[in-house]
Amino acid sequence: MLRLEAVSAGYGRIAALKAVSLEVREGELVCLIGANGAGKSTTLRAISGLLAPGAGRITWQGETISGLAPREVLARGIAHCPEGRRIFPHLTVRENLEMGALLRRDRAAVARDLAAMHDRFPRLAERSRQAAGTLSGGEQQMLAIARALMSRPKLVMFDEPSLGLAPSLVDAVFALVAEIRAAGTTVLMVEQNAMAALRLADRAYLLETGQVVTQGTGAALLASPAVRDAYLGGATA
Amino acid sequence: MSGGESANRPGQFMGYALPWGFVALLALVPVVFPDPYLLAVLTSAGIFIIGAISLNLLLGYTGQLSLGHVAFFGLGAYASALATLGFDIAIGFGLRLQVAPQPVWVGFLAAILVAGGFGWLLGRLAFRVRGAFFVILTVCFAQVLRMVALNWVELTQGPMALIGIPGFALWWPGEGVVELTRKDQNYWLVLAVTVLAFLLVRQLVQSRFGRAMVALRANESLARSVGIRVTHYLTVAAVISAGIAGAAGSLFAHYTRIIDPDVFLFIYTVTMVIMVVTGGKGTLWGPVVGGFIFGLMPDLLRGTAPPEVQWVIYGAAMILFVMFLPRGIVPALQALLRRRAA
Repeated sequence: MLRLEAVSAGYGRIAALKAVSLEVREGELVCLIGANGAGKSTTLRAISGLLAPGAGRITWQGETISGLAPREVLARGIAHCPEGRRIFPHLTVRENLEMGALLRRDRAAVARDLAAMHDRFPRLAERSRQAAGTLSGGEQQMLAIARALMSRPKLVMFDEPSLGLAPSLVDAVFALVAEIRAAGTTVLMVEQNAMAALRLADRAYLLETGQVVTQGTGAALLASPAVRDAYLGGATA
Repeated sequence: MSGGESANRPGQFMGYALPWGFVALLALVPVVFPDPYLLAVLTSAGIFIIGAISLNLLLGYTGQLSLGHVAFFGLGAYASALATLGFDIAIGFGLRLQVAPQPVWVGFLAAILVAGGFGWLLGRLAFRVRGAFFVILTVCFAQVLRMVALNWVELTQGPMALIGIPGFALWWPGEGVVELTRKDQNYWLVLAVTVLAFLLVRQLVQSRFGRAMVALRANESLARSVGIRVTHYLTVAAVISAGIAGAAGSLFAHYTRIIDPDVFLFIYTVTMVIMVVTGGKGTLWGPVVGGFIFGLMPDLLRGTAPPEVQWVIYGAAMILFVMFLPRGIVPALQALLRRRAA
């Protein structure tokens, strides 16, 4: 479905990705794990068009999408939930959700999806007219995920969905990601919390300084001594 | 922006009755106080408020600091003046460009189009380079235009100034189409254009377009990832902002009847920036409130203090506002009202 072939990208002269190749198949939940600065977020930015790859090719359902503008990538069914501030703080919760459906022209279906999101996230419905910046961290993350789904993506990419959340909320976010995949949306997720991510993932890629060093099923990587030593040391103790 | 959450009664009062009452009061000023000096001061403050409203669209809503905003004001002033005076210049290759004197409304439209066109050009160029580079580019742009106005004597008369610019001609009740020469007529004209500029910006900001601008100011990369065409929106904002500034320049030219290259002076940009920042950038009323304070202050101080002291007071007031109300007067008032209501 999505394929990266020897993709290199960087910021100025700094090469953040060096010939990364990976694949996401339809219906899968794939995780990218690795240390800070390994190139996980850059990979997502290259896919969504926020960053033009310097070399290599990205194909989506057989079509080359590397070099397309973000809105063109989104229009083809790839939604990106970037890291950092995930919402528009000065817009209301409702406006944030509508932003997710910016490119859709089927107004009636958008309205139905909005109602469905409100059923699914009652907190967001209650705060519909409130500025999104006034939500708690967990609520903001829910809003960001809901916004990404408002574009009705075929593939949704989450960048560090658990970052900065309380442990109880982290579980809720991962449960939500699993639910989204179960509903038929393909997921590509970047996570620092490698342990939880690998348990959830069908397959995973381990990145190190801009290169894929290991790949395999979530369970295989979880059992791999290299991964355990390097990234899960503390978590297994 | 932050005002539109609830459609309750006080909200409606703040949203309709108060602003329109304010406009009505301003409209009555020439009737109640027919003092030419007062009207002159308010008219020139009004022209600057239009400039500040247009700057706010860029500075407040898209977050781009244009330190050459006076360029669009000056372009509008020259375009309008030259269109109404007519000109005949050599454009090289043995050709001449001749324009016969046009009616003032043509000049007004020309001002908006020329300024808007340059806004588009600058927008396309400058939004490739952001931040500090954009600021420098806009400063240079205004300076270059000033140099052109100073040196292209055949077209602009250079430092000798363009003189004899006709006043605005409009249909006037009981008089037919007349040239507006009286102070009160020009005052009402400027008031009307200020209200129009305000309504236009409000309409924009409260539309889908405005939400997109607010979104991209807060988080450009997120805005791009939801599919907002950032460059497109920034360019449209630059064109509209420049067009409104050009309209203000046209009003200025036909009100003062004489313009020289000093209409491109950096200090006018600074004045507009101060109005927007002290009033509250990114709020509809910010440039109006800031514009009143800093548009009227120099004249209010004129009779009471020597010029040097005036400038010291002016500067001190500016520093105090920025120090104690960093987000501006209007956001501070809004926060106060909300606390009262809660």
